[in-house]
Amino acid sequence: MAVSLKVRATLVALCLVAPAVAYGHGFAGKRFFPATLATDDPFVADELSLPTVSWQKFPASDEGPGGSETDFSIDVAKRITENFGIELGATYKHIRPDRGDAQNGFDNLGLGLKYKFYQNDVHEAIVSAGVDWDIGGTGSKRVGAESFGTITPAIFFGKGFGDLPDNAKFLRPLAITGLVGYGIPTRSGTRTISDEGDIDVERNPHTLEWGFAIEYSLPYLQSFVQDVGLKAPFNRMIPIIEFAMSTALDRGQSGTTGTVNPGIIWAGQDIQLAIEAVIPVNRRSGNSVGVLAQLHFFLDDLFPQTLGRPLIQ
Amino acid sequence: MKRSCAAVVLVAAFAWFASAPAAAHAFLDHAVPAVGSTVHESPQDIRLRFTEQLEPAFSHVQVADASGKEIDKGDSHVDASNASVLAVSVPALPPGKYRVQWRVVSVDTHVTEGDFTFEIEP
Repeated sequence: MAVSLKVRATLVALCLVAPAVAYGHGFAGKRFFPATLATDDPFVADELSLPTVSWQKFPASDEGPGGSETDFSIDVAKRITENFGIELGATYKHIRPDRGDAQNGFDNLGLGLKYKFYQNDVHEAIVSAGVDWDIGGTGSKRVGAESFGTITPAIFFGKGFGDLPDNAKFLRPLAITGLVGYGIPTRSGTRTISDEGDIDVERNPHTLEWGFAIEYSLPYLQSFVQDVGLKAPFNRMIPIIEFAMSTALDRGQSGTTGTVNPGIIWAGQDIQLAIEAVIPVNRRSGNSVGVLAQLHFFLDDLFPQTLGRPLIQ
Repeated sequence: MKRSCAAVVLVAAFAWFASAPAAAHAFLDHAVPAVGSTVHESPQDIRLRFTEQLEPAFSHVQVADASGKEIDKGDSHVDASNASVLAVSVPALPPGKYRVQWRVVSVDTHVTEGDFTFEIEP
């Protein structure tokens, strides 16, 4: 059964604020940066997120009923060279409206390329450039997957604060990663026909994709600043807060949607576990708190001689 | 049925990864004297315990005083009875602040590095 135009519109709006997934971990000097969940970071890595699970309610509106969405994602990142990598992601969506049938299906596939062009180990700084391609038409319209693609070139950055002076040593475990990107839809508008035969044209704006993550690394505190006696599992925990935003720039649309995600990451030797709350920043972004959780594998640590190496040394 | 298949695939994938040989970046797990600590007697050596076994030929630690001058005995070594422990001897140290710098290679060839300070007070 085809989902109604109004429900589709709601799902598309939800997709715009849904968190992206599968982001890298890495080192800059002695700083270990964990993989972030909702915002991309600058690292080129060999890793696998399996799975990332998110759940969030979406509100009823003039365009359709409310409901909830649960996403299951798999993402893999592979280094081609030491500083250049490719990323591929897929998401299976389960949409349960308050009225009507539940809808299931895959969202559009995501493909990304990233190149790390600057790293300063002493100052724990790193900068990369990349492009993400949301491949239009590869997903199911039943769950709101767009028929058009979006290409997003972006700059990614990371900075640890291990170079702060002694009188601020307890701030040294802080670090920030983030991105600024420009979303370019491959089609300026999308024409849809409602169940009643009405033609509706939705304009697809260019967007500013931006976000950052602030983290306080307890492993860094223990290993490089002061051993405060934390035991497992707390000695491998990294409290984090992420801000994932999208701002419409043109074609009659404006405003920012996004979420603020406070959470905790536990970074082990080979895997990482993370859970975050997903808090909409405004009513357009939702009206209830969701959950985002991830199991993440460091392929470079699990398979250092095979899958975890760059294809070209 | 589809859900069952997905669950089986997920569990199989997890089992596969979980059964992979564990070797990873070596993180500092514990140090004596402790990271950022203040002690009242000079230690005889500095001992660092890591989360992974180390490659002795490529793992080193050194100790410098407040002026940056290396003051250890130059015998940095991986403990023969515990390959995850790196140690270096130091002479009797006067009160002051000291910096420990290390760079290690775990047995799977990952490199990690770091430093920390400790202080000796009378």
